[in-house]
Amino acid sequence: MFLLDEAEQWIEANRTRARNDRRLEGITQINAFFENSTRTLLSFEIAGKRLGADVVNMHAAQSSVKKGETLIDTAVTLNAMRADVIVIRHMASGAVQLIADKVDCPVLNAGDGWHEHPTQALLDALTIRRRRGSVAGQRVVICGDLLHSRVARSNMLALTALGAEVRVVAPSTLMPPAIEGLYVTPFTDFDAALEGADVVMMLRVQNERMAGGFIPSTREFHARYGLTPERLARAREDALVMHPGPMNRGVEIDSAIADHPERSAITEQVEMGVAVRMACLDVLTRAERGVEGWA
Amino acid sequence: MTRLFENVRVVGGATSFAFSGETITADTANAERIDGKGLHLAPGIVDLGVFAVDRAACRAGGITRVGLMPDQSPILDDPGIIRRAALMGKPDLWVHPLAAATRGLEGTDLAEMAINASAGAKAVATGRRWIADAGVMRKVLAYARDCGLTVIAHAEDGNLARDAVATEGLTATLLGLAAAPAIAEALAIARDTMLAEDTGARIHFRQVTTAAGLDLIRQAKRRGVQVTCGVTPAHWLLSDIDISDYRTYARLSPPLRSDSDRQAVRAALADGTIDVIASGHDPRGPEGKRLPFIDADEGMSGAETLLALSLGLVRDEVLTMERLFELLAANPARILGLDAGTLEAGKPADFILFAPDTPWAIDATKMKARAGNTPFDTLPVQGKVHRVFKGGREIE
Repeated sequence: MFLLDEAEQWIEANRTRARNDRRLEGITQINAFFENSTRTLLSFEIAGKRLGADVVNMHAAQSSVKKGETLIDTAVTLNAMRADVIVIRHMASGAVQLIADKVDCPVLNAGDGWHEHPTQALLDALTIRRRRGSVAGQRVVICGDLLHSRVARSNMLALTALGAEVRVVAPSTLMPPAIEGLYVTPFTDFDAALEGADVVMMLRVQNERMAGGFIPSTREFHARYGLTPERLARAREDALVMHPGPMNRGVEIDSAIADHPERSAITEQVEMGVAVRMACLDVLTRAERGVEGWA
Repeated sequence: MTRLFENVRVVGGATSFAFSGETITADTANAERIDGKGLHLAPGIVDLGVFAVDRAACRAGGITRVGLMPDQSPILDDPGIIRRAALMGKPDLWVHPLAAATRGLEGTDLAEMAINASAGAKAVATGRRWIADAGVMRKVLAYARDCGLTVIAHAEDGNLARDAVATEGLTATLLGLAAAPAIAEALAIARDTMLAEDTGARIHFRQVTTAAGLDLIRQAKRRGVQVTCGVTPAHWLLSDIDISDYRTYARLSPPLRSDSDRQAVRAALADGTIDVIASGHDPRGPEGKRLPFIDADEGMSGAETLLALSLGLVRDEVLTMERLFELLAANPARILGLDAGTLEAGKPADFILFAPDTPWAIDATKMKARAGNTPFDTLPVQGKVHRVFKGGREIE
């Protein structure tokens, strides 16, 4: 809640041309991305630069990781370069924690394997709160590849903590076991889950999972789980539609919905992402900068 | 010359114990008397299924013989390699190679079981993995029966367990780890016990760790199938919650199970379903363990903590001391066809003296083993090995 409040101040500032807050001046921010990403990397880079930080990006493709260096050695190297904050994305669950344990500065998780993507959950919560007034009491339906989704895990944790009623929808082949333990209600029938929904959050389905391994085909997935206007009609008439991107138009979401000016919050999510990441970078470096505040 | 330990508490009830040369004897005439200082005296532990020959760890743990898994480099599937492996620990530690059941452990072609047995192999094993092809497994069992060898099998359906690093459940879901259902074990046991029954072969599952798997073993034993099974301390002491925080020292094969499965293992130890307790000793250095959980090596360094952790079962009245040493020594020796594992006159004088109540704390940084990858780091335990004798000779 604190971070969402902190993020609010940056939303308006980002919409104006006068972005002259330099509070992270002199702070070195390393974005260490061991897995390809376009939007999250860009979002973190813009967030750091808007606040005056010196932002450096490290891509695994051009790093010594390719030469067989272990993750811990890479972490120690980054630490020796005296970064003030490190943003990490990695393909292995738990890898960010492993690095965080070995470095002295704050570490921000930009997504680790199937585990978590906390800033995505924060920006989603912020989007819901701004569009619907509150997260508490909202019926949120999350649909798609839950098994392999860090976005889904972080959102289940964040939205239930903020008081939302979370329903999760996936075929059994993509439903994580024992998911009820996260205080969410699992559904295999999308239509049933959509009844009375305030928010419908669609997840990207990776193409490689739709070749028969988990789902028979793209069109079969669309038939059962694609968000079409007819399906959306089961939700509340003012229900919000969200997607963390990048979208597979015509697979998990129809263009008519994705581009709907009132219902779709997808571009707003991207906008909130920058504000939330600015708030996270600000708050996490406060101790470093000798500023009062959490962390 | 005969030597006689007095003032000892021999497992089984006696207060003295004699051996002459390399052999245990009942004849105590003219024996040199040694004060045992009130210590317990038991057979040397026969550790069935280790992955490394680690003399220092075995000495510390009271292990006098090991069954060495075929998953070595090179793989134990050739008489020359097996003969060399059998000599690796002598004279302090006797290594009994378990030959690969299939060539190169590939799970496709039968290995030369009879030749490998004459080179010193005491059983054949499927290694770390399950043989996926039922036709191959049936031939392995049938041919091993012809050779009089037990087949030591890994009980995990490899198709279900393929990329899994954990057991399905809330912990794996929260951590975002690829997980296999616990029934992967029971499926493998169901198939392989039926094949053993059909071929009349002897089969030993090195580790059985789930309630469903143990139930199948119980049923098979009742039907008269020649089946035995073992377990390591991790599966009666830890559960999948212990992999939280991505602790790679707790990345094991098979993976840690639910708490109800853990309790089923304790029950199966108590009711006699489980025949063998082993260490699964598999020392792994930081290059294999200081990695993200999914990239880390499986396995734990277990030899020197085996006895102390097992003595907890005696204190908790799950097992008697006599029964514990059947699981640690007599049964594994019998499965391997070794004339060892008990304190009867005429057997090799392999025995240990230990204090079952001495308290100490497991410390991963101070292990005698080649690597300190123990999931039991900092755990307080009781039971210290004082003296180890192999073939009547004391091991320092």
